[in-house]
Amino acid sequence: MQAEHHDISASSLTGSHTSKDFLTLMIAGQRFGIPILQVQDVLGEQTITHIPLAPPEVAGALNLRGRIVTAVNVRRRLGINEDAESATDMSVVVEHENELYSLIIDQIGDVMSLKDDDFEKTPATLDQAWRDVASGIYRLQGELLVVLDVPKFIDSIHI
Amino acid sequence: MDELVAEFLTETNESLEELDLDLVNLEQNPNDADLLGKIFRLMHTIKGTCGFLALPRLEKVAHHAENVLGRFRDGDLEVTPDYVTLIFESIDQIKYIVGEIESTGSEPEGSDAALIEKLDAVYEGRDGADASATDASGDSATGESEDAAAGGYPGESAGNISKAELDALEAAFQNTPGPEMEAPAAETTPVAAPEPAPEAAAPKAEEPVATEAKGPSLAAQSLRVNVDVLENLMTMVSELVLTRNQLMQIQRSEGETEFSAPLQRLNLVVSDLQEGVMKTRMQPIGNAWAKLPRIIRDLSMELKKKIDLEMIGQDTELDRQVLELIKDPLTHMVRNSGDHGIEDPQTRLAAGKPEIGKIVLKAFHEGGHIIIQIIDDGKGLAQDKIKAKILANGLASEDELADMSAQQINQFIFKAGFSTAEKVTSVSGRGVGMDVVRTNIEKIGGSIELKSEEGKGSTFTIKIPLTLAIVSALVVEAAGEKFAIPQLSVRELVMTSRDKNSDIEQINGAPVFRLRDRLLPLVSLSDLLKIHLPHAKTADESEEIEAGDNVVQLEEARNQYIIVSQVGTFDFGIIVDKVFDTEEIVVKPVANILRDIDLFSGNTILGDGSVIMILDPNGIAKQAGELETSNADDEAQQEDLANSLQKTSLLLFQAGDETPKAVPLSLVARLENVELDKVEHSSGQMLVQYRDQLMPLIPFNAGVQVGHEGEKPVLVFADKGISMGLIVDEIIDIKEEHINVQLEGNQAGLMGSAIIDGRATDVVDVAHYLQNINATWFKDHGDEPYSKEGASARVGEANAGLNGSGAGLTGKQKVLLVDDSAFFRNMLTPVLSVAGYEVTSLESPAEALNLCDQGASFDIIISDIEMPDIDGFEFAQKLKESSWQDTPLVALSSHATPEDISRGMEVGFQKYVAKFDRDTLLTTMSQALSEHRAAQQQAAE
Repeated sequence: MQAEHHDISASSLTGSHTSKDFLTLMIAGQRFGIPILQVQDVLGEQTITHIPLAPPEVAGALNLRGRIVTAVNVRRRLGINEDAESATDMSVVVEHENELYSLIIDQIGDVMSLKDDDFEKTPATLDQAWRDVASGIYRLQGELLVVLDVPKFIDSIHI
Repeated sequence: MDELVAEFLTETNESLEELDLDLVNLEQNPNDADLLGKIFRLMHTIKGTCGFLALPRLEKVAHHAENVLGRFRDGDLEVTPDYVTLIFESIDQIKYIVGEIESTGSEPEGSDAALIEKLDAVYEGRDGADASATDASGDSATGESEDAAAGGYPGESAGNISKAELDALEAAFQNTPGPEMEAPAAETTPVAAPEPAPEAAAPKAEEPVATEAKGPSLAAQSLRVNVDVLENLMTMVSELVLTRNQLMQIQRSEGETEFSAPLQRLNLVVSDLQEGVMKTRMQPIGNAWAKLPRIIRDLSMELKKKIDLEMIGQDTELDRQVLELIKDPLTHMVRNSGDHGIEDPQTRLAAGKPEIGKIVLKAFHEGGHIIIQIIDDGKGLAQDKIKAKILANGLASEDELADMSAQQINQFIFKAGFSTAEKVTSVSGRGVGMDVVRTNIEKIGGSIELKSEEGKGSTFTIKIPLTLAIVSALVVEAAGEKFAIPQLSVRELVMTSRDKNSDIEQINGAPVFRLRDRLLPLVSLSDLLKIHLPHAKTADESEEIEAGDNVVQLEEARNQYIIVSQVGTFDFGIIVDKVFDTEEIVVKPVANILRDIDLFSGNTILGDGSVIMILDPNGIAKQAGELETSNADDEAQQEDLANSLQKTSLLLFQAGDETPKAVPLSLVARLENVELDKVEHSSGQMLVQYRDQLMPLIPFNAGVQVGHEGEKPVLVFADKGISMGLIVDEIIDIKEEHINVQLEGNQAGLMGSAIIDGRATDVVDVAHYLQNINATWFKDHGDEPYSKEGASARVGEANAGLNGSGAGLTGKQKVLLVDDSAFFRNMLTPVLSVAGYEVTSLESPAEALNLCDQGASFDIIISDIEMPDIDGFEFAQKLKESSWQDTPLVALSSHATPEDISRGMEVGFQKYVAKFDRDTLLTTMSQALSEHRAAQQQAAE
């Protein structure tokens, strides 16, 4: 109770200096961010078992220390041409509804602490496939960071 | 000592301790109704279980004590310390008897008459009075009050039972000698059966009770553990087994290392542990059989049959979870055998059989399975009756029946709603049952088989897995990918070979295999899963081409394996490329987003650490079965179509450049490999002799190098007996995708580009090539004259507008498609757009009328008939009054009866087409359009 009260007053006094931590990643030259608390693991290239009949975005399943993880190709979900130069096959493991998913991306960046002031809603003009899975945009110096909404992202994959 | 008795003693000891404590509490709070109820129930449970186990002395004491408690509970008697003492006395007596049973295995000699008399005196309200009735006065008196008590009227005194009821009871007892016969007798009286007793005991048994047992009693040697704890333990052991498998696999590849010895040890320990934990879940099957002798006895009484039930292998143990699941099916089947199988004594004697019918229940282990057999020497299944019933229920036609073996016909009794019993008895004959039995058994991965000989008897054989937690699975490969199939579903493995006489044959493209004089329908796993190797050519196939018929089957390897499997009554084979080892696996559920794929029952991690999908034979059978019946059954067809919702099968190939090309698979008649040295030339046209005809060949584009040697894949398009081949470089794949042309092409022969399989792909305009090869060819059998702006109604009937030079897609006819079903809109839209129309699809006539008001115009309107709000007929009428009154209107309906058609014509539809008939729709559209043009021209003139 006390703490909460303190929080509110602090932010209102100082003009909101609160910030959130994101793991940043690159996909086809675009910087994305995933709230750091949702990240379970970061993996290098993995042996992936292809799953027939699965939605095209599902790259397959892999074994992460005895747990079965569903690998999702983020490029494909976002409609980015897969042939375009992609760096390494890295992936970020996230948990959604007690299941693990590994999001295959191009490259992992730093963890950044981003100020709430720099946050903006997703522009309405963005491609539908992107708007479906983004929860907003951060203005960084010289570039923009798209926040990937993990639950929305996973839920948007259907057969 | 009998297992059941031992369990009972454990349970009773626990109950007694609770009772002690509760009674002390009761003395202090004599009017606590909850407490009274609890004590009463405990006593009742002891009594009930005793009756079940034939411990008459113990039962009697408990019974009389219960009577008194019943009066306390009902408030008839005030609880005084004297009474509590009396109850204590009876409990002590019970303890004494229980103790004796525990040490000697049987009830001690002696009489409890004095105690019982005291209890009765309290019960009957004649405290202190002299005993007038002695305990020895007869079982029947005890029996009466006992029935009353057990029936849930414990407070009711014996005096309340009417004379008539008493008489009925007396009569019943006289008719049924022997102590166990109390039960059926009781059922015939208005007083309920003593069955609640064992039932009351049952929930109690499941309730985990943590009690510390005192003294060296049996209770000390067994411990009640919550089932959840065991389940949890089992899960962890499963994980351990998996990890062990992984380690073992690594060790195998590493050879001898310093880890070998400890690993070996670990292996053994884990195996023992697995076995040990499994054991905690194991129960003898006899537990599930306990009720059966009673049921058979009741049955023989009711049906006046003489039946002997023999049970063999009661000690066979199986997983608790499995046991629970088969309990009811077993009961049902034994009951069925008694009711339907065994004849009455007269019939039996007449048939020269012993008067007493015999049902044998057998359980034994066989290779990781439990086999349970129910054998009767009754009349067997009457084939004629089953056949008649099959026909009556329309499950098969007479012709089909004629082709079936007796075995197959018998299997029909496992279908829903099937009972051949002429009379519906209270026990069976309602036609629910055998199908439920089968479903339940299949649910746990088991199977059921029936052998029956008319007049001699029937044998049901149930095969169930020992446990469900860890299963053995066969690892197979199809198109380079590995899958696991539960070993239980694999009946046998067959290796096919080209050389010998064991090859897969085809009937109209459907693979079948001759398995010991039977034709086994096959499904190809790679087809089912839509996985294909990118390169399908093998030396083997070129041999076949030389052999004459140069039809090349893609995806055929030299040797294939058939996994023969059975689901229900459906035998089928699954074609796979390779078969590996079997492995013990733990089935894990698949991720949520994959749950809709019913071909997989789960996934697991193999010893090498890789993830593998576990195939679900039921799902495969369903798919295979659907494929088989889809043509016959409209509903199934609808379902099938719904499964492929909104997608078109596209053949992807490469020709000339890197960009993949796509063509709707439905347009391609065949895929062939043509040997280039067989290609001939005539008037600048490449030709190949094909099925005694000349087939023109054209390269897809200039980039396709056609040499003089080797072979090239060719897409064959055929229409009304005429075919042409399109030479390409390589067949890539077949994909189910939407055709959503995003960029219109400006190149001849291409409709445009679309994203298919995640890549930008050229969508091929087949009409262009057909046209190119012979501009008049396809006109010859066209139904309509073609005009400049006419749409190509059929792909084969490519119109002059696309004439040669690739004028492209100018002058597209605009089509308005109105259908409330998204499925049909999505199915027809690509069909129409591929046929060269520009399609606008709308969900409802209201939207269409809106569009009309906005001034849009179309060349032709296609409308569904059955739609909510405004139906097709009404829509047509409304259109008559709109600016679209002159636009040709085609009705599209799933039912096209003559009445419908004439009504449609009346309201203004020009044409009426059945929904599934794509070709007719396209022809009809072009007809309607040209008729419309003709009419307009006439009007203009």
